[in-house]
Amino acid sequence: MNQSAMNESTSEQPLLELDNLRVDFHTPTGIVQAVRGLSFTLGRERLGIVGESGSGKSMTGRAILDLIPHPGEVRADRLTYRGQDLLTMDKRARRKLRGRHISMVMQDPKFSLNPVRTVGDQIAEAYRVHHKASAREARQRSLAMLEQVQIREPARVYELYPHEVSGGMGQRVMIAMMLIAEPDILIADEPTSALDVTVQLQILKILDDLVTQRGMGLIFISHDLHLVQSFCDRVIVMYGGKAMETLPAAELADESARARRHPYTLGLLGCLPDLDHPKAELATLNRDPAWLA
Amino acid sequence: MTTNPAIRVEKLNVSYGDSHVVKDLSFSVAPGESYGIVGESGSGKSTVLRVLSGLNRDWSGTVAIEGQVQPKRRDKAFYRAVQMVFQDPYGSLHPKKTVDDTLAEPLAIHGIGDAEARIARAMSEVGLPASFRFRYPHQLSGGQRQRVAIARALVLEPTILLLDEPTSALDVSIQAEVLNLLQALRQERKLTYILVSHDLAVVAHMCQRLLVMQFGRGVEEMTAATLAARSPQTDYARQLLTASEGFRRVG
Repeated sequence: MNQSAMNESTSEQPLLELDNLRVDFHTPTGIVQAVRGLSFTLGRERLGIVGESGSGKSMTGRAILDLIPHPGEVRADRLTYRGQDLLTMDKRARRKLRGRHISMVMQDPKFSLNPVRTVGDQIAEAYRVHHKASAREARQRSLAMLEQVQIREPARVYELYPHEVSGGMGQRVMIAMMLIAEPDILIADEPTSALDVTVQLQILKILDDLVTQRGMGLIFISHDLHLVQSFCDRVIVMYGGKAMETLPAAELADESARARRHPYTLGLLGCLPDLDHPKAELATLNRDPAWLA
Repeated sequence: MTTNPAIRVEKLNVSYGDSHVVKDLSFSVAPGESYGIVGESGSGKSTVLRVLSGLNRDWSGTVAIEGQVQPKRRDKAFYRAVQMVFQDPYGSLHPKKTVDDTLAEPLAIHGIGDAEARIARAMSEVGLPASFRFRYPHQLSGGQRQRVAIARALVLEPTILLLDEPTSALDVSIQAEVLNLLQALRQERKLTYILVSHDLAVVAHMCQRLLVMQFGRGVEEMTAATLAARSPQTDYARQLLTASEGFRRVG
């Protein structure tokens, strides 16, 4: 990782601080606890959140952005963005923060882009919502941003509609749209899961370069342990709405650190088929109710 | 290769309008073998399965199952021998039919009696408790649904199972359970598998041989051992292998 960025994150105040975050859904059949007491701080780094479906990883990202749908309720002892308290902030101020300072890339560009507007217009709009700029300037910036996400003919792609672009290109457009406002924190919720492996790596490379260049904080939400391990600096392993453990990403693959690992993390790693360690039968995961106690 | 492969495909070509999605593809699978097809989206791997299963009738070339050259429209005997499991257990089960209905339908179509016992057996083989028999798909988890889909395929006692990304919609822990189940069933029943997947590790775990496809062509056929030894011959197969190992930061 970039050394200067690391020093900065230790000296400066953290970008994001969460303490005892809880997300509850009040349903007719009772309260569903999606996130139960999650705490972490985010500096200018790549933080991975891994877990299986239902572990609360996506809800954590949404809670930070105030995007939890009704009847969800977010509570926390502390939720701050650069020292500003997000819990007491009114909806208007939260909305201003969203997209401008903290933004989010979703999993599938097919469902996140407006199908009846050109992709370029949508990027330009994202810029003009947050910055005072003429249509002309917004267009220029959008073209430059498309180039930054390595789209070869920005002027041509600008005029295309979402159905005319491939999945990989659509995801680059999404990233361009999220980064054009120059946020401090980018939350990427499974940004490459809908893509082929080779395209996936290109997108990660773009994200990685932009995060390093701009010194952003990245929260990378994924179910893919291999990917998180190779891409992130730190990893939170979530299960049932709780953090089972937080560890440096490099330690996930480190055999000598196995003894220190949480059994759930080991279980997740063990049930993946591995090219180098073929076995007749895959290990299955035994879940211990005590983990959620 | 044995004289009578379970599946033999020769010079298979499929076009959708102007796009030629499978080009001169040939391969054969021995009885009891597990054969993998890997490739990225648009490589034609799912189309091959749809041709084999008779879902796609617009193709040219030769498809022979257990020595018999297959016509475009398959007969009932074919469907008793060859069954398919689809990727998405949320989409492949009828939402208004119970597990019992889903498993009874193929038996009724083929006029097989003794449905009661066969359904109970198929369910126990895939590890579904008998109490699930009258549940609807929405009352089941993703892994349980995929078990129902596998039970539906097995209830006719086929010899060949076509698996189209059977675990890619599932969590890794559930994937392990379903893959273990498929392995055990293959050994028990001497089934022949074709497994289509984008996950090289899954294919290496499940299959003895595999075919890498790109743009509708078979790029390279290799053994799982070659894959594990990281020694494919072609650039594309190597590239796919490198990409599957995760992100690498340069410098």
